[in-house]
Amino acid sequence: MLALALVPLIVAGFSPLLQWRQPLYILAGFAGIAAMGVMLIQPLLAVGALPGVGPGPGRRLHRAMGGILVLAVLLHIGGLWITSPPDVIDVLLFRSPTPFGIWGALAMWAVFGAAIWAMFRRRLRLRLWRWGHTGLVAVAVVATVLHVIPVDGTMEVVTKWALSAGVLSATALAIYRRRVWASVAWRWPGLSIR
Amino acid sequence: MTSDFTRRTAIALGGAAVLTPATGLIRPAAAAGLAPTPTMRGGSNNYRPGAPIVERIGGGGFWMTGTVRRAGDGAPLAGQRIQVWAHTTEGHERDERSHGATLTDANGEFRLEMPQIVPAFGQAHGHLAYDGGDFRTVFLRPLMDSPNDTTLAAHFVLEPA
Repeated sequence: MLALALVPLIVAGFSPLLQWRQPLYILAGFAGIAAMGVMLIQPLLAVGALPGVGPGPGRRLHRAMGGILVLAVLLHIGGLWITSPPDVIDVLLFRSPTPFGIWGALAMWAVFGAAIWAMFRRRLRLRLWRWGHTGLVAVAVVATVLHVIPVDGTMEVVTKWALSAGVLSATALAIYRRRVWASVAWRWPGLSIR
Repeated sequence: MTSDFTRRTAIALGGAAVLTPATGLIRPAAAAGLAPTPTMRGGSNNYRPGAPIVERIGGGGFWMTGTVRRAGDGAPLAGQRIQVWAHTTEGHERDERSHGATLTDANGEFRLEMPQIVPAFGQAHGHLAYDGGDFRTVFLRPLMDSPNDTTLAAHFVLEPA
């Protein structure tokens, strides 16, 4: 699992495009790749499905990694902004000539939304918390895949597809394991949901 | 036999004759003029006005080509200044050395040699601008079919400023 998260990052290091890019642009790109690698691990941590990491430590790690994910996304966008402000402004205003940029903006907002939702976890009823967070991360993951696939960039194609399949599968697995759709505690008051 | 051409018929015929052209659906035949090229989204990104006219941008190896014509009759426009820039093997779009300009020849065609364009922000693409002033400014952002292409063509149809 960790290999699937790290290999695309390492392989991208061999991209021929790097020799023609300045350091900040390179960093922005790799922050994005790293963010996607975190997206692979995150759902597994949430449900204790990562080999060697139990549910308890898994969830603590999930919260920490969530913060890292937000930082990686900010670094990705910030680095791109400094490299070419007009291109990033176009994306954030949803007027980019590149459709994948729009998916990226959607993924960004979904990640921020999921993180903010997590800050209010204790104040929300279980159903509201679960549906909100799950819905937002699902949007983030799907939008991320739609964002990276068409991009002609530093990520190598085969590892990019593998990581994309990975994040989709991991998210689906976590939703299935947690039985998120069954979060209806108000209907069965005695039911305890792990 | 009495005539079927009654006053009612005359009024109907007359009314139709007046109303039909009034709908605007009937127009005299006219040659469809060449429409001006609209500015492409993102075309003006990293534009630097006043890039010098050069024989070649940087070390060369890639050809940006195209034509400049007038809207309406499609006449080729000679001596028009076209500015070109892109992310290449020699620099980012924002670098001054990545920008250069050329003039169209007598046939309204231009060719400018520049360093090989490489994908940036997810696409292999170039930027071109007509900003001469006689005609409306137009920015183009054509995509390369493949990042391995060594040439890219873009065509301008300009309308008067």
